[in-house]
Amino acid sequence: MAVRILPRSPLLRYLAVRLALIVPTVLILVTVVFFFMRVVGDPITAALGGRLSPDQLAARRTAAGFDRPILNQYLEYLGRLLHGDFGTALTDRRQISEVLVTNGAATLELTFWALIVAFAVGVPLGRLAARYRDRIGDVSIRVFAILVYAAPVFFLGLLLKLLFSSTLGWLPASGRAAPAVALELQHVTPRTNIMIVDAILYGDTGYVFDVLRHAIMPALALGLLTAGVFIRLIRINLLETMRTDYVMAARARGVSEAKVVRKHAFRNALVPIVTVMGMQIAMMLGGAILTETTFEWQGLGYMLTHYLLARDFVAVQGIVTAIAVVVAVTSFLIDIINALVDPRVRY
Amino acid sequence: MSAVISAETTGLEAPPPRRRGIPGTAVLRQTHGLQRGILIAGLIMIVVFVLVAVLAPVIAPYGFNDDRAHGVIFGTQQAPSAAHWFGTTVGGQDVLARVLFGARTALEVIVLAVALSLLVGVPLGLISGYLGGRLDRVLVLITDALYAFPSLLLAIVVSIMITGGRSTPLGGILAAAISITVVFVPQYFRVVRNAAVAVRHEPYVDSARITGATPTRIMFKHVLPNVSQTIPVLATLNASEAILTLAGLGFLGFGIEPSAAAEWGYDLKKALSDATNGIWWTGMFPGLAIVLVVLGVTLVGESLNDVLNPLLRTRGGGATTADEAEIAGLGPNDSPLDPEIAGLGPNDSPLDPGGGGLDPGGAAPGVAEEPA
Repeated sequence: MAVRILPRSPLLRYLAVRLALIVPTVLILVTVVFFFMRVVGDPITAALGGRLSPDQLAARRTAAGFDRPILNQYLEYLGRLLHGDFGTALTDRRQISEVLVTNGAATLELTFWALIVAFAVGVPLGRLAARYRDRIGDVSIRVFAILVYAAPVFFLGLLLKLLFSSTLGWLPASGRAAPAVALELQHVTPRTNIMIVDAILYGDTGYVFDVLRHAIMPALALGLLTAGVFIRLIRINLLETMRTDYVMAARARGVSEAKVVRKHAFRNALVPIVTVMGMQIAMMLGGAILTETTFEWQGLGYMLTHYLLARDFVAVQGIVTAIAVVVAVTSFLIDIINALVDPRVRY
Repeated sequence: MSAVISAETTGLEAPPPRRRGIPGTAVLRQTHGLQRGILIAGLIMIVVFVLVAVLAPVIAPYGFNDDRAHGVIFGTQQAPSAAHWFGTTVGGQDVLARVLFGARTALEVIVLAVALSLLVGVPLGLISGYLGGRLDRVLVLITDALYAFPSLLLAIVVSIMITGGRSTPLGGILAAAISITVVFVPQYFRVVRNAAVAVRHEPYVDSARITGATPTRIMFKHVLPNVSQTIPVLATLNASEAILTLAGLGFLGFGIEPSAAAEWGYDLKKALSDATNGIWWTGMFPGLAIVLVVLGVTLVGESLNDVLNPLLRTRGGGATTADEAEIAGLGPNDSPLDPEIAGLGPNDSPLDPGGGGLDPGGAAPGVAEEPA
């Protein structure tokens, strides 16, 4: 029934369709964000209204082109986006693309640490829960998984701060590095803005430790949230896989239960997790906004909150759009990985 | 086309007879052991939450915005005492009063948000799924795009749109509820649409058509009752997400104006700097309130899922229903986006093999890949 313009190979066909779908997805998101934010009025008045006289406001509006028909502005905005130009923030005059690169690096770093926590906590606990199903270990692990889901990241962050920072005094309460270290690391060349890389490039072990110490609490707060999802997923998929014939066959051959889980069931149980990872990226970015605000971690989420409170909607729009693109592209990449790993995907 | 669908969509083509009435005691009777304990624990938490929300003005010692009583100023950041069981905030308000009134705000937003999303999402899903065609394609594309978006960001954008980034009287609760609604509509849309697609060529729908029933009547009288089994579960799970989103908005300063209503997320934001100074009571209690409510709602949602979800019963095998429930429980909220379903669909089988988005884990349990 389908028109034969698509490749014959199921894999290529799948990838082609999936790739083609990125464009409308991104376009829809960009469009929605653009028009939603413009319903309010023009960004100049929103950001600077009250601080400038009406004449000055009008002059700024005209200069920025906000007095022209909205459709023109929209098309022009799309055109500039295609060239990677996200505009300039109204309040602090920073290039949004520069914000995206600099602060995006911080978010990337946070997400990386959080993913390590999520895997380090989620995978072993998920396996344990499946192994000791319906026994006390399983039940407590599942309660833990629901609890970390039920606790907002900023509450978890607040508890961590109370415990490790103000009570025990072990860890710094906020920031990505001690002020002196951060200042020193600005002179690293090439500067990546990923603190841990910068610290390693700088070659000072003390700095590396300082950066790591700052990362612990944010990574825990964001990572545990994701770990909860991982636990559930791995447990369920393991249990599903443990019911399959080949696992039963392995058992029948006398393979030990631990080995059945480790060698036979676990790898196949991982496949669906790759799929859900794509969805987790979106969730993690949402969580990153809250985590960064909690720990004053100067990433995209932190900047977003900053610009939101300053009502700098040009900057907000740029950051939100960029995040949308990142989410769409990541979910595409995950789908590719998934299709390569799991033949069932390419129907 | 119908043959294709019924061959491919195991589980959805033969929904069990519709349950009448609100699933209350019936649900409880279908549970046992641990599952029943979990359901009851969750229900208790919800009942307490609703009672507190309704009775807040009666049981709270002070108003949520009061910083003095009988002319005596409470003082700021006072530790818990007999006069202030939970202490006072940085603004000098009673923490206990704010936590109790916060329940009221949360309940209002949950009810509004879930009701609005049902009102918009369900009819949209029905129309899209039943009528199909180009409208369906466009709606699926849009909702899938929105669904992929980090929900908190979407809520922020909508909140800006409604309030202009300023707090207005309209702002407040309704704005928060609408922001959350926009996040949820795609979820209801997906579930209802996919189910509607699956049943639209069932004999009972065809026969209704032959007797001359209008499309509206068919959709709401014949299709809706047969696709609505999963909605209670989704609504419950969404309620917990609504609380988290509301708190997130409040935490970022985008929720409800503090003088208009007490909101836990906002209080936590204010408590953040207290935590650095070792003041624990300003953040601990609103945070615990969020955790307990989300926990209660989630527990009930998962139990409901276990009992009500028709997808689970049709699947044989040895797993306990609790496990199956969890497989599907991951569904509407965490499942991978499946835009390819929408796009690939040579206009007949938008439901991918095995119900696709509904359960990442359950696609095909018996894939006999060679063990390593």
